[in-house]
Amino acid sequence: MSEKKIATRESYGAALVEYAAIDPDVVVLDADLAAATKTGMFKKAFPERFIDCGIAECNMIGVAAGLAAAGKKVFASSFAMFAAGRAFEIIRNSVGYPHLPVKICATHAGISVGEDGATHQCCEDLALMRTIPGMTVLNPSDDIEAKAVVKALLHYDAPAYVRFGRLAVPVINDTPDYHFEIGKGIQLREGKDATILATGLMVSMALEAADMLNKEGLSVRVVNIHTIKPIDEEIILKAAKETGLLITAEEHSVIGGFGSAVSEVCAEKCPVRVVKIGVNDVFGKSGPAAELLKIYGLSAEHIAETVRKAIAEK
Amino acid sequence: MDQTKLKELQVLACKARIGIVNAVHSAKSGHPGGSLSIADTLTYLYHCVMRHDPENPDWEDRDRFVLSKGHCAPALYAVLANEGYFPTEDLLTLRHVGSYLQGHPDKKGTPGVDMSTGSLGQGISAACGMALAAKLSKKDYRVYTILGDGEIEEGMVWEAAMFANQYHLDNLTAVVDYNGLQIDGKLSEVCSPEPIPEKFEAFGWNVIVIDAHDFEQIADAFSKAKACAGKPTVIVQKSVKGKGVSFMENNVSWHGSAPNDEQHAAAVAELTAVLNELEA
Repeated sequence: MSEKKIATRESYGAALVEYAAIDPDVVVLDADLAAATKTGMFKKAFPERFIDCGIAECNMIGVAAGLAAAGKKVFASSFAMFAAGRAFEIIRNSVGYPHLPVKICATHAGISVGEDGATHQCCEDLALMRTIPGMTVLNPSDDIEAKAVVKALLHYDAPAYVRFGRLAVPVINDTPDYHFEIGKGIQLREGKDATILATGLMVSMALEAADMLNKEGLSVRVVNIHTIKPIDEEIILKAAKETGLLITAEEHSVIGGFGSAVSEVCAEKCPVRVVKIGVNDVFGKSGPAAELLKIYGLSAEHIAETVRKAIAEK
Repeated sequence: MDQTKLKELQVLACKARIGIVNAVHSAKSGHPGGSLSIADTLTYLYHCVMRHDPENPDWEDRDRFVLSKGHCAPALYAVLANEGYFPTEDLLTLRHVGSYLQGHPDKKGTPGVDMSTGSLGQGISAACGMALAAKLSKKDYRVYTILGDGEIEEGMVWEAAMFANQYHLDNLTAVVDYNGLQIDGKLSEVCSPEPIPEKFEAFGWNVIVIDAHDFEQIADAFSKAKACAGKPTVIVQKSVKGKGVSFMENNVSWHGSAPNDEQHAAAVAELTAVLNELEA
């Protein structure tokens, strides 16, 4: 893990410019938040292919569907709250049902939005999006992975929802053997006492927690699950069988999101204890992101404590 | 319009109406009222305006049509059948398990259907996206969409209306089927979107008001829409809900219910009499 920290929304903007340069069919939509979602970087580079839809997310998704139906490669962005939240039904009926390859790239997901507070802190998007048949749901953990996601989606012929963050997060995937594939989890640490399955910005915290626990003599596996749907059942079941205890970590409600997805897999195919770390069915509030993450139990320390306790209860 | 052409259109529209009534009767559910009110316009659109090829429904340069008021799918299916996209007998499979004619349009399953619709207010946005795609690709295909008058109560329609004006989508023509009735009653008694032409004018659209059952006016409106540069056109068509089946006309209870056997027989008899007269 390097010392470098980059917000995945920045990675998204940069990747759009990089990969769209080689594909004239790429069109980027935003709903008056280009400066914040970082689609502004694309707007600057390719103004003729950037369409500002104004503060009208429902229409933006409908327009995205029409563009995709006519063969365009569409990336549509807003904050997670307004993309996945407000426009849910349009995503469901105009993108999901006709299975149009629109890429809904939502930024400002989760509690780490910070000061804007509860109305803007979307902790429900993964739950909403994964219920739509045929929708791929991605939650990259850092700069490298966020860019890999955009690259993979350029030629991905299905609807997809991607979650990017506002907060700068550590770069953890700058390793020579890093390989991204939609639907394939990545084991980052070997371990036998328990497995932390983490997604998004929780992955770096999971690594930190595992290092702490390691020093205490506990052997904890860490797996990065960047694709919430289709979820990598194989890597989850392997961890369940080999370590017998799973701790999920997500910056999202513990209801319906990543932890639920893991629980569903285990309940059916390999019942082991699954302890979910996430936002515990409450709304967020204003404050600096780092402080809020601690308050809501989304920290390396909290993960370590949860794992320690769960192993003791084994 | 010469008399031969007019008669040809009237025959096609009457056949479409028979198809609608048969399909909804066979399905034992559906939306005959609003389907019958757009039968003339859809017939004209597919027969005289749109560039399309039933042999090649996915032709890249075809004009696109989005039925924003997706519940009137029977009208679209009947017209597509008239144009040769699939056999007319298949209309009787409407809403049946296993049929490619879903209760609301499904672009994945039905040849000739350019967009899945049914949840009101969304089709016009998709139509905007298609029109924008044509502009971005410097293609000359045009995009048409039909909305219900009740449908425009959806706020998303006005988001799309702003958008179409902002991006000068003069290759987009929307039709608002102004029959004055929605499922709960008269527009004026539910939550009126009126005055409709003035609203679209205020949103920067080229507005044309016509009688929805007069082919001369329909022809004139679409030709004016094509000629209008720089902004989108809306054709507000004053129509009769249930048009062509006397007991369904202007009767809101036919918005979303199917005729029983007796009513079906009466409707088909009435329409067949008209057809026989036209073809005599």
